[in-house]
Amino acid sequence: MKFDLAVDPLRSVNNTLHEAGNSTTAPEVFDIEHPKGAHSLAVGMHSPVQVNIHGHVGYYCAGMNQLANIRIHGNAGPGLAENMMSGLVVLDGNASQYAGASGHGGLLVIRGNSSSRCGISMKGVDIVVGGSIGHFSAFMAQKGRLVVCGDAANDLGDSIYEAQIFVRGKVGRLGSDCVEKEMRTEHREQLEILLDKAELDYSSTEFRRYGSARKLYNFNIDNADAIAG
Amino acid sequence: MCGIVGLYIKNPEIEHRLGEFVSDMLREMTDRGPDSAGLAVYRNPAPAGGAKVSLFSYDENEDWEARKAEISQHFSTDFDCNVHASHAILTSNISIGKVQEWIQLQWPELRIMSIGESIEIFKEVGNPVDIVERFGFRDFSGQHAVAHTRMATESAITTEGSHPFSTGLDLCLVHNGSLSNHNQLRRTLVREGIDFQTENDSEVAAGFLTWRLKQGESVEQALKTSIDHLDGFYTFAIGTKNGFSVLRDPIACKPAVLAETDDWVAMASEYRAIAQLPNAKEAHRWEPEPGQIYSWDHSTEDAGSS
Repeated sequence: MKFDLAVDPLRSVNNTLHEAGNSTTAPEVFDIEHPKGAHSLAVGMHSPVQVNIHGHVGYYCAGMNQLANIRIHGNAGPGLAENMMSGLVVLDGNASQYAGASGHGGLLVIRGNSSSRCGISMKGVDIVVGGSIGHFSAFMAQKGRLVVCGDAANDLGDSIYEAQIFVRGKVGRLGSDCVEKEMRTEHREQLEILLDKAELDYSSTEFRRYGSARKLYNFNIDNADAIAG
Repeated sequence: MCGIVGLYIKNPEIEHRLGEFVSDMLREMTDRGPDSAGLAVYRNPAPAGGAKVSLFSYDENEDWEARKAEISQHFSTDFDCNVHASHAILTSNISIGKVQEWIQLQWPELRIMSIGESIEIFKEVGNPVDIVERFGFRDFSGQHAVAHTRMATESAITTEGSHPFSTGLDLCLVHNGSLSNHNQLRRTLVREGIDFQTENDSEVAAGFLTWRLKQGESVEQALKTSIDHLDGFYTFAIGTKNGFSVLRDPIACKPAVLAETDDWVAMASEYRAIAQLPNAKEAHRWEPEPGQIYSWDHSTEDAGSS
């Protein structure tokens, strides 16, 4: 089924996408033309269908995704695939701020660069970025894996919990309580599976691993001044 | 939230379409700022040594012909007067200083929105789509323009509180974001002799640039200084006589997209504004880096960032 956002209203396109899983006769593949930076396209998907978006999208594309396989042949504005639960979202181009933020599951692949705050507060989603990521990425990231094939800007993994970060290129200043960690066999195996899924041809040996030093987990009396003042 | 757009024409053959392009971009930013809108356009410079003034009148029945006759008679020269809704553009060969002083003394009921050689500023309260129609932006030709749609957060919805704000001769600023230290900074700037017309935070950013420029800094230096003094969130687009500059604060929460083709350079809060331009899909597109100044200038054909 094809939609043309130059003609079809955004809300009716999203409604049709939401109904897709409810009908046995519904088509399995949707193509959307001329998004021209429209907001909230293909949000709240909850059935295992394929959505192909041909062009650049605005805010919040593919947010809250469950089960669907969404491919965007273009760039994305802020909040790509926020809070995704499952499924696969693949972006050919570059993403703006906070891509994949607070995601619980599934895989988000960004073939280009991802801007600041990529994967903040991620809670189990896997994010693979073919290019570089901006500042403050993986802030308070709790669970899941963030793979960066390019460089990571300053304040990476600030106040991170148990998410894991793999970076192939240079890392700017590490965020508070984020440290480089040993890359063991099990990490390389996980990383190889993710790179394979993302169809990115890099060797796991080129990556370094970062994670929590776990020094912020418990109250430290030496820091009492920070709250007493 | 607010919407900002800027367009810089590289190919003179499409200068006559500047207004059409910027109007389409502004319309797309209506959702981001339905309270008021404004535009600064750079075109038709005043005769050498002369001045161009954008004036705003609260009086719906303003008699601009009488104003024109009065000022022409005083200076014994013919002023050109182009009326666009509540605004009029007065142009002549009389120097900027003389015209400004006379208008401020003789016509205190009018508001000078901009002054310089080629800048014109138009801004009003209302839906951006209506404002585009009211001023006839679509028919404007020119070299470059910056424009704004406002969703007021820090101060009242008034014509004066709308953007762009004039920051000096041929200079203006549009802002998306909010500044938290504007009251303190305003008090400092008032002591330095900078005038303010509103309680608006963006006007303080404009005033800050005016002050730094008066201290002898270049636009770029003034922007660099502002990073250390402005506390808050901002994406700025600054219109200059020969081009425009873009700056995001070092945290860069407020969105901005830049795009460039052989024919134009565009900036906008969102890509959907840029999508209205010819060949937008093929343009080189990127997000400006935090705390980095990007400038384009017709006089040097200098492009890029510093």
